[in-house]
Amino acid sequence: MVERAVQPLKENDEVTPERIRKIIDKHEGALGGLIAILEGVQAQFGYLSEKALGIVAQETGRSLVDIYGAATFYHSFTLKPRGKHVVSVCVGTACHVRGAPAIVSEFQQRLGIEVDETTEDKEFTLKTVNCLGACALGPVAVIDGRYFSKLKKSDVEKLRHDAQEGYDKAEGEEDPRIFPVDVGCPFCNHSFMDSGFYINGRPSIRVTVSFGDKHGWFRMSSLYGRYDIFSEYDIPVDTVSHFFCPHCHAELIGSWECSSCEAPMVPMLVRGGGTIRICSRSGCTGSDGHMLDLR
Amino acid sequence: MINLTINGLKVSIEDGSTVLEAAQFLGFPIPTLCHMEGLEPYGACRLCLVEIGKAPNAKLVSSCTYPAQEGLVVRTASSRVLKARKMVIELLLASCPQSKVIQDIAAAHAVNQQRFKQEHEDCILCGLCVRMCKEQMMAGAIGFRGRGENRSLGTPFDAKSEECRFCGGCMYVCPACQLRCTFNEPEKAICGGCQNLSPPCVEEEKFDDMMCYMSPCVACEIDKS
Repeated sequence: MVERAVQPLKENDEVTPERIRKIIDKHEGALGGLIAILEGVQAQFGYLSEKALGIVAQETGRSLVDIYGAATFYHSFTLKPRGKHVVSVCVGTACHVRGAPAIVSEFQQRLGIEVDETTEDKEFTLKTVNCLGACALGPVAVIDGRYFSKLKKSDVEKLRHDAQEGYDKAEGEEDPRIFPVDVGCPFCNHSFMDSGFYINGRPSIRVTVSFGDKHGWFRMSSLYGRYDIFSEYDIPVDTVSHFFCPHCHAELIGSWECSSCEAPMVPMLVRGGGTIRICSRSGCTGSDGHMLDLR
Repeated sequence: MINLTINGLKVSIEDGSTVLEAAQFLGFPIPTLCHMEGLEPYGACRLCLVEIGKAPNAKLVSSCTYPAQEGLVVRTASSRVLKARKMVIELLLASCPQSKVIQDIAAAHAVNQQRFKQEHEDCILCGLCVRMCKEQMMAGAIGFRGRGENRSLGTPFDAKSEECRFCGGCMYVCPACQLRCTFNEPEKAICGGCQNLSPPCVEEEKFDDMMCYMSPCVACEIDKS
């Protein structure tokens, strides 16, 4: 799971039994439901508070120690509030020999915090991970779900600045955060790339979309970070559509939900490893309308 | 009934038994630490290792968690098992030398060296207290937290537990809480006060398996004098 930026707790983000009940109801009965529930709670509230875990224990009837054990076992769960931006620097073997320790110490200096700490203004949380599976690109860091490769010490200040500004504002043709991906069906492994239809100068990604009584093709930019789409039928804003593989006709659906609008996320396989997930709600441009998970 | 072979002896044992239960029922001693009747087997301490299958595919498994199967060939005291078991005991001594339970096991298995970096942990993470609290006391107040070298035992958030009734069951079963008699020499890894000799049938006569299962072994006793 990729560490994502979390919204700071707002007034209406109070942890209440009702809201947690809603998350639990979605996963009840599923094997291994606890992890899914905790993921849901963390996506909604940003972290797993003592109160939230207590409510999960009460509502599911499991003992609090089991839930606490699972929450502390997995690195992706955090029991402390995180900053708005999560910086994860890879310190795996390959990144280490390529200079990851210098990158970590540079981040520590620039942010004024140690690893696993959050800045006082609640802007940044610095973490280290042991491998992101992108060893050839080391040293690698992930900031708010975006990957940055072949980092140098001198890049750190710009990364910090860009993250704080927000990626939606930072623009530019040679934007290193926009890069092409080749994707395919997670079920039949056929490629979705359509070289008969170019978007942004690249073959587009073609899948089948279905909403209401409409059923047609749907093409989107294969540049990760761009949101250009074309569709046979205009999809009204705020519609949750179903997406299908044009080859095996399986519905592209997983167990993930968009953290902004809670619509199901559509998984696609990235050639070379990993998955990309897009929100199935039209018009949803939440911070992770695209989510890349290179595993 | 399940038919299996333990140390060359063809035996049959009740359905649903583990290899450990079968061996102990028939009188083959297998040392245990994290096993306790009335608690779910957990397989944490690895002391109850036995060898199953035939060479060259024989493998070491923890007998407390391994269900007895039809036709299984088990060896509870081959030279490989004894060697692995000694290593496990050495590792336990390295982490928790002040425990009387571990020292007793070390003495009974003629472990007279500890070659690892000496640590003095309060806990060997055997999970006895966790299972006692959950299964016998129906409380579930303590559990494991974290993982890897940060794994620890305690209540969630280290807060005073509402489930805990102060029954003391966790301390009653804890092998690390019982201090050894020579605890005033904690730097010494091995207490050694009551150490037996190792079985000569395996170490001196070079048989591959232990030749008797008396505890203590008569040959060893004679050899001692």
